[in-house]
Amino acid sequence: MKLLSRHIGGRLYRRRWLVASSLLLLGFTFGMPLTAPLFARLFPELDRPLYVQDSFAALVLAHLNIVLWSGVIAVAGGVAAGLLVTRPAGRAFRSALETVLAISQSFPPVAVLAVAVPVVGFGETPALIALVMYGVLPVAQGAMTGLSSIPPPILEIARGIGMNRWQILYRVELPLAAPVILAGIRTSVVINIGTAAIASTVGAKTLGLPIIVGLSGFNTAYVIQGALLVALLAIVADQLFDWLSERSQRWTPQAVAALHSGESLVN
Amino acid sequence: MIEISEVSKSFNGWQAVSELSLTIKEGELTVLIGSSGAGKSTMLKLLNRLLEPDSGSIRLHGQNILEYSPQQLRRRIGYAIQSVGLFPHWTVEQNIGAVPVLLKWPKARIVERVSELLELLQLAPEKFRHRYPHQLSGGQQQRVGVARALAADPDLLLMDEPFGALDPVTRASLQQELANIQALSGKTIVLVTHDIEEALALGQRIVLMDQGRIVQQGAPRDFLLAPANDLVREFVGQSDAGIRLLGLDKIADRVRRQPAIPGEPIRSSDTLRQALSVFITRRVQSLPVVDERGQPAGVLHFADLLEPPR
Repeated sequence: MKLLSRHIGGRLYRRRWLVASSLLLLGFTFGMPLTAPLFARLFPELDRPLYVQDSFAALVLAHLNIVLWSGVIAVAGGVAAGLLVTRPAGRAFRSALETVLAISQSFPPVAVLAVAVPVVGFGETPALIALVMYGVLPVAQGAMTGLSSIPPPILEIARGIGMNRWQILYRVELPLAAPVILAGIRTSVVINIGTAAIASTVGAKTLGLPIIVGLSGFNTAYVIQGALLVALLAIVADQLFDWLSERSQRWTPQAVAALHSGESLVN
Repeated sequence: MIEISEVSKSFNGWQAVSELSLTIKEGELTVLIGSSGAGKSTMLKLLNRLLEPDSGSIRLHGQNILEYSPQQLRRRIGYAIQSVGLFPHWTVEQNIGAVPVLLKWPKARIVERVSELLELLQLAPEKFRHRYPHQLSGGQQQRVGVARALAADPDLLLMDEPFGALDPVTRASLQQELANIQALSGKTIVLVTHDIEEALALGQRIVLMDQGRIVQQGAPRDFLLAPANDLVREFVGQSDAGIRLLGLDKIADRVRRQPAIPGEPIRSSDTLRQALSVFITRRVQSLPVVDERGQPAGVLHFADLLEPPR
């Protein structure tokens, strides 16, 4: 029992930044009204030092929603593109795809919003388009790098012992490329958590709303409240990916060495 | 068991294998040897359809291998390559169980089979079962590679320079184990190497290839006593041919049943080559011989190295 609690304690200790940032995020999401006196003290000239038009919990959920869907689309598209150009049939398209992706990322999301709004109207759709365009490159890059760095003898033996193409893909290629693919997804998602805030300029409800309202109404307190939650959200996501990434490479020499040193630390 | 007839394979105009015909007998360990680019690895990969021939046909158990699906064919044939061939993200158990999993064996049977094979290859099952490849030495990795090839009990084993990356001591002991496994199980093995010592030590039949063709094939003794041309002569090593010839015979074949003489005994299961070395270092004319159990088995005389005593 003592050993078990020590074991759990050791795990929590290794994830202390994830735990701390998650607690802060939860605290500020639900407890922002409690900070009203603090903001009143900091900005005495403001009539309303706390953003109250929407609850922060609703804004966080809406923000996550838009990041999640753009993330799902970017990951599906990026991994699919990475897979396509690492198959024998698609190898010729690799440089073309890299060019297209680089171009799509070089458009500033604000410009994409400006172009998209007249076409698809206000709301979440133009925001999704901008976020997907911006987020697909790191994912595709990670998938291409990860999948093409698998040593050829490993693939030969996978074929040689009788795996079919799907078995090779999901038993060998994807697990071996997972750490690099995850690194790409991590970059994409963390960037998009920040970028999603500007979607509020075209009418999508996100944590960018208090920031934009604050900027246009010279209310610095609103800006800080929105920005604080966006930053915490990005940190929590980053820490979550750190955890996932470690899980995906438990078999590597570094991970095994770390596990053993961790064990001796805990015991 | 395998009939290869007039098989050719070329890559971008380079002829790797050209109109090669060869019959591999059931239960025999055949070594394909040649310098790099001789076409021996290509020939091996044609056997499990990792490559398809441009022309010619290959029959396994009398049936054209094109009639099997590539996956089914490969699951019936053990395949081992240099130690880099283990899946780095899988434990020893998962690596060895790879083919049985593909064949949908029940889990308990796979676990049991893994233990059996680890023991066969002298790795303590409970110690090694859950290790990752990078936690093993080169020799241990190669043992796991051989175990994986044997996992689904295939009657044919293809090995592409399986011991190439090992140090000489580990290589020799693994070669010995492979020879034992082959002798016990009667599996048909086709092994590719460029090491003539390995070929002479393991091969019941040696096939020497050059530029995609067979230059000579036969028992190791034929290669040493009657090399077909200068290339073969060069390969078996002109100056060492006699010594290598001694390496093919056991002391047991030449020992005279005589009362034991004093001195440190040699084992009857060793080769005459090893005996020669002992004669030279000890500067003696005769040596006492013991059998595997350490019982006196007679005397080996220096003169009997030349030909069996009458």
